[in-house]
Amino acid sequence: MRTNRRADTLFLLIFAGIFLSAIALAGGLLTEPAGAADFTRKNLPPCLAHPFGTDWMGRDMLARTVAGLSLSIRVGGLTALLSGGIALLLGTVSAACGPRVDALVSWVIDLVLGIPHILLIILVSLACGRGVWGVIAGVALTHWPSLARLVRGEVLQLKQATFLRAVRRLGVSRGRVLRTHLLPHLLPQLFTGLILQFPHAILHEAGVTFLGFGLSPERPAIGVILEESMGYLAAGRWWLALFPGLSLVLVVMLFAVAGERLRLLLAPASAQE
Amino acid sequence: MTLEAKNLTFRYPRRGAAPVLEGVSITLRPGERLGLSAPSGRGKTTLCKLLAGWEEPEDGQVLLDGAPLSRRGFCPVQLLWQHPEEAVDPLLKLRVSLYEAGPVDPAVLEGLGVREEWLERYPAELSGGELQRICAARVLGPELKFLLCDETSAMLDLITQARLWRFLLKQAEERGLGLLIVSHDAALLDRVCTRVLTWEEIAAPRRT
Repeated sequence: MRTNRRADTLFLLIFAGIFLSAIALAGGLLTEPAGAADFTRKNLPPCLAHPFGTDWMGRDMLARTVAGLSLSIRVGGLTALLSGGIALLLGTVSAACGPRVDALVSWVIDLVLGIPHILLIILVSLACGRGVWGVIAGVALTHWPSLARLVRGEVLQLKQATFLRAVRRLGVSRGRVLRTHLLPHLLPQLFTGLILQFPHAILHEAGVTFLGFGLSPERPAIGVILEESMGYLAAGRWWLALFPGLSLVLVVMLFAVAGERLRLLLAPASAQE
Repeated sequence: MTLEAKNLTFRYPRRGAAPVLEGVSITLRPGERLGLSAPSGRGKTTLCKLLAGWEEPEDGQVLLDGAPLSRRGFCPVQLLWQHPEEAVDPLLKLRVSLYEAGPVDPAVLEGLGVREEWLERYPAELSGGELQRICAARVLGPELKFLLCDETSAMLDLITQARLWRFLLKQAEERGLGLLIVSHDAALLDRVCTRVLTWEEIAAPRRT
C-alpha cells in the first residue's frame, strides 16, 4: 500500500527527534556509570553484558558512548541556538539598516567564511580557556555566517515585496512590520538552518576535542573517547574506536535527515508533494 | 487639498536603464474622478507607485497641498493595487491584514460585501475579487484623501465590478475623495470619470 509521502516525512522527522532526545536524556543519567571503573572486567571485547566492550579501566563503552553523544548533542544544541541568534540579528541588521551597515556586515561574513572553520574554532576555544565554554564559544562564533547570509538575502527580497510597501503606507510601525511580517517569513528558513547546523557543531566539537583543544580528558566526550582509543588500535582493541565512531556518524546522519525532512515540509515549493 | 505631481522622472535601479517616466505632471483635486488611459508599458502603474509614495522619484516632486508626502503614519494617498494577492501578506489571516491600519467602519465592510468568514482564511484561500474588496476596505480609512485605482476591477466579474464601483463612487462623493482611475476599459472610464486624460497629455514628449 502506498502511504502519503508527507506522512512518511513527518514520521521520519518525529522518529529522529525522539531518538536524539532519548540519547540526550539517557546520557545525562548515565554520567555516573560511564565513569565507573572496574578493573576486574577491563579490556573485554563486545559481549552481551557490554555490547560495546570495555576499556583499559573496565569502563562500559556503551555507557561512555551514550554519555559522550549526549554531551555532544547538548553542546551542539546550545551552539546552534547561539549562532542562529547571531545570524538572525546580523542578517536582519545587514539588510534593514542601509548600504553602509550592509557592506560592513557582509565584509565580516566573508572574513569569517574565509578562515578555515577548524582553525578559528581552535583559536577561539584556546582564547576562552578550552573546556565546555571554550568549545561552545568557538563553534558558535564560527557557524553563523552562512545562515546570516541566508537571512540577509531573505530580508532583502522581502523588503521589495508589494505587500510590505502597501503595509508601510498604511502607517504600520517598523517594529510591527518586523514582528508580524518579517519574522514569520524568516522562521522556517532559520529553523531548518539551525537543525542542519547541529551535525556541523557536533563534528567540530568532537574534532577539536580529538585534537586536544576542546573538552578536558575526564569528561565522557566522544572526541576524548576517540582520541584515547587511537592508542589501543595497534594493540588490537578495535571496539574502542569502532562503536563510538559509528554512533557519532549515526547521530550526525539522523540530524542531517531530520533537517532535510523539515526543509521539505516547510518549503512552500515542496510542501504539497 | 490637491495632489500634485511635478515633472516626475523615474527609472528602476538597473545600470543603463532608460527612465520609465520622464517629465510627468498631473494634478488631482478633491472630489474629482480623473481617468487615465494609455497603452501598456507607458508607466501608468509606476506613476501610481510614485504618487502613493511606494517609490521615490529620481527627479521632480509629489506634493500634497504643497508639501511632500509624510513617510510616517497612514498615508492620505492610497494605492489599490491591481494584483490584490500581492498586496496582502500570504502568511497572515485576512483579519490581521484587514485591520492593519486600525479599525474599519462596519458600513464599509457591508457596502463592499466583505463576509465575516473570509477573515478567518489565508489569502491563498480567497479569490482575487474577494481579496480586492478586503484591500479596498483597509485603505478606506478616515484619513484617506486620494485613492489611486490601478486596474482595480480588471479581475472582477461584471456584477461585482459594478457593485465595487458604485460603492467607491458613493464614498468618494460623500467624503470628497479624489480618485485617479487607471484602466484600459474606455467604457468604464467614460461611465465613471469626470475627466479623462491620455498619456500624451501628462508626459513630456519622448525623446528618441
